[in-house]
Amino acid sequence: MRKFIALGLVYAIVQILIMTNLISGYFQATLVTIGINIILAVSLNLITGFTGQFSLGHAGFMSVGAYVCAIVTMRMPTIPGFILGVVLGAVAAAILGFLVGLPTLRLRGDYLAIATLGMSEIIRIIFLNLEITNGAAGLIGIPQFINWTWLFIFTVGIVLLLSNFVKSAHGRACISIREDEIAAESMGVDTIRYKVIAFIIGAACAGIAGAIYASYFYYLEPNLFGFLKSVDVLVIVVLGGLGSLSGSMLAAILLALISTYLQSFPEIRMVLYSLILIVIMIFRPQGLMGSREISLSVFSKLGNNKLWDRFKSQKGGH
Amino acid sequence: MDKLLQQIVNGITLGSIYALIALGYTMVYGIIRLINFAHCDIYMIGAYVGYFCMTFLKLGLVPSLLIAMLVCTILGVLIERIAYRPLRNAARISVLITAIGVSLFLEYGTMFFVKANVRTYPEVTGILAQRFKVGNIVISMQQIILVGITILLMALLQFIVKRTRLGKAMRAVSMDRDAAQLMGIDVNSTVSFTFALGSALAGAAGILVGIYYNTINPLMGVVPGLKAFIAAVFGGIGIIPGAMIGGYFIGAVEVMVSGYGGSMFRDAVVFGILILILIIKPSGLLGKNTREKV
Amino acid sequence: MPILSVERVTKAFGGLAAVSNVSLDIMEGELVGLIGPNGAGKTTLFNLLTGIYVPDSGTINLSIDNQRIPLNGLRPHSICQKGLARTFQNIRLFKDLTVLENVLIAMHQNIKYGLLTSFLHLPAYKREEEKLLQDSIELLRIFDLDKKKDELARNLPYGEQRHLEIIRALATNPKLLLLDEPAAGMNPAETANLMDIIGWIREKFNLTILLIEHDMTLVMNICERIYVLDYGMVIASGTPDEVRTNKRVIEAYLGEDINNA
Repeated sequence: MRKFIALGLVYAIVQILIMTNLISGYFQATLVTIGINIILAVSLNLITGFTGQFSLGHAGFMSVGAYVCAIVTMRMPTIPGFILGVVLGAVAAAILGFLVGLPTLRLRGDYLAIATLGMSEIIRIIFLNLEITNGAAGLIGIPQFINWTWLFIFTVGIVLLLSNFVKSAHGRACISIREDEIAAESMGVDTIRYKVIAFIIGAACAGIAGAIYASYFYYLEPNLFGFLKSVDVLVIVVLGGLGSLSGSMLAAILLALISTYLQSFPEIRMVLYSLILIVIMIFRPQGLMGSREISLSVFSKLGNNKLWDRFKSQKGGH
Repeated sequence: MDKLLQQIVNGITLGSIYALIALGYTMVYGIIRLINFAHCDIYMIGAYVGYFCMTFLKLGLVPSLLIAMLVCTILGVLIERIAYRPLRNAARISVLITAIGVSLFLEYGTMFFVKANVRTYPEVTGILAQRFKVGNIVISMQQIILVGITILLMALLQFIVKRTRLGKAMRAVSMDRDAAQLMGIDVNSTVSFTFALGSALAGAAGILVGIYYNTINPLMGVVPGLKAFIAAVFGGIGIIPGAMIGGYFIGAVEVMVSGYGGSMFRDAVVFGILILILIIKPSGLLGKNTREKV
Repeated sequence: MPILSVERVTKAFGGLAAVSNVSLDIMEGELVGLIGPNGAGKTTLFNLLTGIYVPDSGTINLSIDNQRIPLNGLRPHSICQKGLARTFQNIRLFKDLTVLENVLIAMHQNIKYGLLTSFLHLPAYKREEEKLLQDSIELLRIFDLDKKKDELARNLPYGEQRHLEIIRALATNPKLLLLDEPAAGMNPAETANLMDIIGWIREKFNLTILLIEHDMTLVMNICERIYVLDYGMVIASGTPDEVRTNKRVIEAYLGEDINNA
């Protein structure tokens, strides 16, 4: 219950700040970016962090959601049209996740990463050459429906659903695949089924993130969804900690803030970004959170208290 | 027919570049199981060093080539020493992220110093500018030199890997790092040596591309890097002859597809081949299937 | 009717037959030992039975409640769901998960709630998870592991890791249990204790057990029948006394004293 009160407070405070113009348009865009990155990161974390399937193709799933939603809302610029766009975007991305999931399931580790990378590049090239996506020029003037309320609903909703999922029997089945695939299948876990499920859920969420992107920034081009976008998401996931949803959220917020701050130094922005990345990886290769969860009151539902106790006792022990 | 032959000539040229880069990927992967994303940027640095030597120092091709290879060697060894070695025992995904970080650092660091705009290699003159006509096929001197140097370097590499102590150490470490260490092989210096070899080849590829295509820019490594990596996977990653075959195959496919009107989908075809080979035979053309011990 | 019948099963790796033409029958409720020198193909046979490898030829059938279930070509998880569970020689626990989580995962097939319940934590979630928790703790008590349920599996002492592997296999609710060297690395006192517990588990869960073991005391003491493998072939079978005096078995173990090994 505390969780919902805290979430309600967060929503209300930001909403008031926006209505009283204390949050500038620029910072609102940062908020949207944070929300999108959180959705992308937690959904990739389900695939890579929890199920252990190394994917470098998240931008591909995102782009499908973005284009489908854009195309639908440009033809039906109404709230129902927008909702339809988001749903269809998620469904299209999920279907793609299924199609990618199936044949690549035999692959492990780096090979899977490269195959998913290839898949997302193929999608990008297809969007570059399709008429309905207006090729390299992209789509302009997508109706803007995303505001703080929608963003909040989607982001919090997806995070809560996924955190419930990973704590269920189905989530445990996914985790067992990451830990030891052969042991998992010998214990009755249908590993193929759960890998596909992880890909489908992860892809659907990425599709929603894409839809939010399209509907807020009202401009799409295929090159927004290149290899670097997938890398961005993977960086958030690894930085936050594989298998830690709160870590993903923390890293998404942190990186968005760093990135916003670095906007003032455009020439060395990427240089500093890459240096920060290298330094964090060298000194904290397991990411900020490892596989632990934070147990703040806001995230109390997310945090597994036993894990947190273990964390504290480990800290005390050393 | 002429068109086909011409495409084959062009394919061999492009394939040589991919093969040179792919060798670095495959050797590094073979020895520390890392997709070294920064490798393609070492190739880019090689192109810039060559540009610098030829434009400002007015050096000839051979000294420029050697300098570029030397600089890239040092760079490659430094990268391994500073960024990868501390993570030798960390999760592989962390090392991969580090490699991506190094890659971005090299790209945007270079961009910071030389700016993002395209640079043009000095116009080739004299013997280098010659073109030969065999029937209706045009072969330029640059192509001959590019392919010639590639084959020379690959032969040299084969000699080093097969016949020298360090090459044997490399092969031993890539088979079983712990066993090699127990046999008294210095793993760290062997890994450094591998990076040195791969980076030298990438540096050579960089300057050769500069001469052949004339234009270079800080992000020039990204796409060829991906394709060279695909070439390495195609041939069987970790296998040196596999990378060579893969390089020429991918080069040929790419030239054929764009030569026959599919240039929009050129990259898509290459990625499609990648996915096909991964599904049909993930261990690559020359790779052996390995089974996990239960 | 035997609960497990293996007929002329062969598996070769790169031309080398790891298991060749092996036939064996295990009756319901039996405790059967599988012995043989290193590299005789014992673990490979387990991997064939559990679907990790697919036999080149031959058939494997499981009979549960007088129903004949061919296992050939089934994937490991469905073989497990049919009632055949195993432990691993080289311990394959989920090392970075807790003891309890290891058992919960193995109970996977008892879960009736669907994906929607997982996402929304509907009432069925709480009800079933609580039941699962109780059942898991019940199982963990067998080896006194309930007190350690929140420890990471990797932090357990070696012997307890082997115990947890057995509990995890039991959690899948098997009819036939395959144990791959359950006593490996244990001292004689621990082995004696393990023998008691294996006997007790068999009674309590109404199990049929096939076990691979190098510890001859254990095999000879608790197994009712023994199959001996050498070079992938069954060279002898029978009661412990018959096997002990079998000439071919003695030859295969030449250099090792089978009575004392």
